[in-house]
Amino acid sequence: MLRLYRKIFTAGILTERADLQRREPAVEEAGAKLKAVIDRRFAGSLAIRQVDAGSCNGCELEIHALNNVYYGIERFGVHFVASPRHADVLLVTGPVSRHMEAALRRTHEATANPKWVIAVGDCGACGGELGTSYASSGPVANVIPVDAVILGCPPTPLDLLRGILNLFSPG
Amino acid sequence: MTNESNQPPGQPEGRFDALEQFRLSLGSNRVKAKWIRPNPLPPARLLELIKPHDWGRAAQLAQEQGWRWVAGGAEDEGEQLSVSVCLEKQGSYLVLRTRIDSSQPYLPSYALYFVAANRPERHMHDLFGITFSDHPDGRRWTRHQARDQETFPLRRSFPPEGSQQDQTPPDSEYPFLRAQGHGVYEIPVGPVHAGIIEPGHFRFQAVGETVLHLEERLGYVHKGIEKIAEDRSPEGLARLAGRVSGDTAVGHAFAACLAMERAAGLEAPARAAFIRGILAERERIANHLWDMGAICNDVGLAFAYYQFGRLRELWLRDNQSFFGHRLLMDRIIPGGVKVDISGETACRMRESIAFLRRELGDLVTIIDANSSLEDRLVTTGLLTQEHAQALGALGFVGRSSGQSFDVRRDAPYPPYDRIEVKVPVEQQGDVASRFWVRYKETRAALRLIEQLLAELPSGEIATPWKGPKPGAEGLGLVEGWRGEILCFVRFGENGCISRYYPRDPSIVNWPALEKIVLGNIVPDFPVCNKSVNGSYSGHDL
Repeated sequence: MLRLYRKIFTAGILTERADLQRREPAVEEAGAKLKAVIDRRFAGSLAIRQVDAGSCNGCELEIHALNNVYYGIERFGVHFVASPRHADVLLVTGPVSRHMEAALRRTHEATANPKWVIAVGDCGACGGELGTSYASSGPVANVIPVDAVILGCPPTPLDLLRGILNLFSPG
Repeated sequence: MTNESNQPPGQPEGRFDALEQFRLSLGSNRVKAKWIRPNPLPPARLLELIKPHDWGRAAQLAQEQGWRWVAGGAEDEGEQLSVSVCLEKQGSYLVLRTRIDSSQPYLPSYALYFVAANRPERHMHDLFGITFSDHPDGRRWTRHQARDQETFPLRRSFPPEGSQQDQTPPDSEYPFLRAQGHGVYEIPVGPVHAGIIEPGHFRFQAVGETVLHLEERLGYVHKGIEKIAEDRSPEGLARLAGRVSGDTAVGHAFAACLAMERAAGLEAPARAAFIRGILAERERIANHLWDMGAICNDVGLAFAYYQFGRLRELWLRDNQSFFGHRLLMDRIIPGGVKVDISGETACRMRESIAFLRRELGDLVTIIDANSSLEDRLVTTGLLTQEHAQALGALGFVGRSSGQSFDVRRDAPYPPYDRIEVKVPVEQQGDVASRFWVRYKETRAALRLIEQLLAELPSGEIATPWKGPKPGAEGLGLVEGWRGEILCFVRFGENGCISRYYPRDPSIVNWPALEKIVLGNIVPDFPVCNKSVNGSYSGHDL
């Protein structure tokens, strides 16, 4: 047990801040702006429900990374929830496979108003490498209304952070 | 028994004993078959069965002789459909092929002899319209409730955009196997899950906390990868292959490029092969780090989740700085690789390996001494050796249940034909074994990268691409981080792809999860699932 605590203390706090970490100062910068928006418009807490509507799982890996110690997205007021009923934002990866179309519509319907939809990754935003076919309805916007897109294949955690920020303060 | 002229140069003597033995047994059972020469599908040998009604007999003989089912697929040749099955024994690969009439597509099933063939044959039925006459399960698999069920997407006449544009109804009437009786209840889960994971449906039959039965319903992320691969350029196919399953970007691109290069009669330069090996091992390590942390997290040890997550993030950042992409997508191209390794990069890579090794040592000392973790992982999610063998379980799932097969060692391809690969194996088959096999594989992969760096040959990193003749086919077999990946490619006109079939190891390993979870408590399902970590996208295609 002592070893465990020693590891925790020697690893230290790795969460990235502009003044301490030189590698990704942009994380803190984008995060601080995001936090200001969330504090103002969502009383400090933005709930996101992630829906994989047909992605290759690359986007999911990078969305997961938002929760690791370096990005620690929860400190900016963003948290991922298990039910669409608890969500403000749906973070949808695609392309939307035809077999997920009904499930995605229902998830969207189950989300309380006001709600926002962000299409993540090249596939979710514009079809990307996987595109539209007999089995795929293509971009998320073909199935439910989309408020913002985050490009990238897959988008990096920093892209995701900035993309969520863009939804509420474009440009 | 071995016919000298049948042996490709460089193959050790005796390697084809199993192949010849199989062909002779076909002969003595009056099954007419012939080797195709020159062999178009190295490293496998291609054996054509003259009469399709012998298909089932061949399956039975293969099963009796201990062959393992690797993959099955079909191709539309116009008047006829060709159906192929790939089998493996002691590192020798064999492809059986037969042809049936397109208008009367009936064939005996392999699923009676090989459990692993069950869902892939249903997939072939849904996409090609082939009826496997004695198949034990007649339910649809990949196509769910798609209305254009009388037309089949992988037939040539089927347009890639499909024949109907209206919405596909939800697959809510799928007849799951149900348990009846006092106190039995059913838990439906998915396709939209609670976490940040891919969609699929699990139907549990439970009594109290105990799982009586689990049935998986996959196919939710079927996006028609095999169809949209048609008419792609070789570079386009390599990109698509990297997105069969995002976590296996290197593995699938590696297999697809090997297949295309074999079809074109090219070989990637030695330096490119070594860099491919380094990329593949880096991908293995990144995924193992993530899952080791997630397994601990699913039983409440958040410490390990954050620590392994920290190491994974550093590893991905190194991927970005060494190769220009965190998940290493599009680094492998037909003919070679896109990115070279400079002396400085090699030096930094060695430093980061030394760092990771130290960190892993620290973490494992802590985890090994954590009795509550041991309590949750040991004996949880058991896959017996008998089941693992019968299912043909691959990769770390198989290797945690005594199945030591590893393509890198048992059917080596460049660069693994030039270095020694050690394959860790455990016998118990529980979640703990799968955790420790993955830990040992991580250490082994670190050593392999060091070795590949030390022996990195000089020279070019890509051979100029030379399009193969129309009709040329190729097979790629590599050990991805989940296990053996098979990729079949055929070229059409103008050097474009006419058929692409990737068989992700998840296709074989998903049924293992149904066995693993039996008798466990429902709340242990996440940790059982994570210890296998099948890809939905790689399965559904």
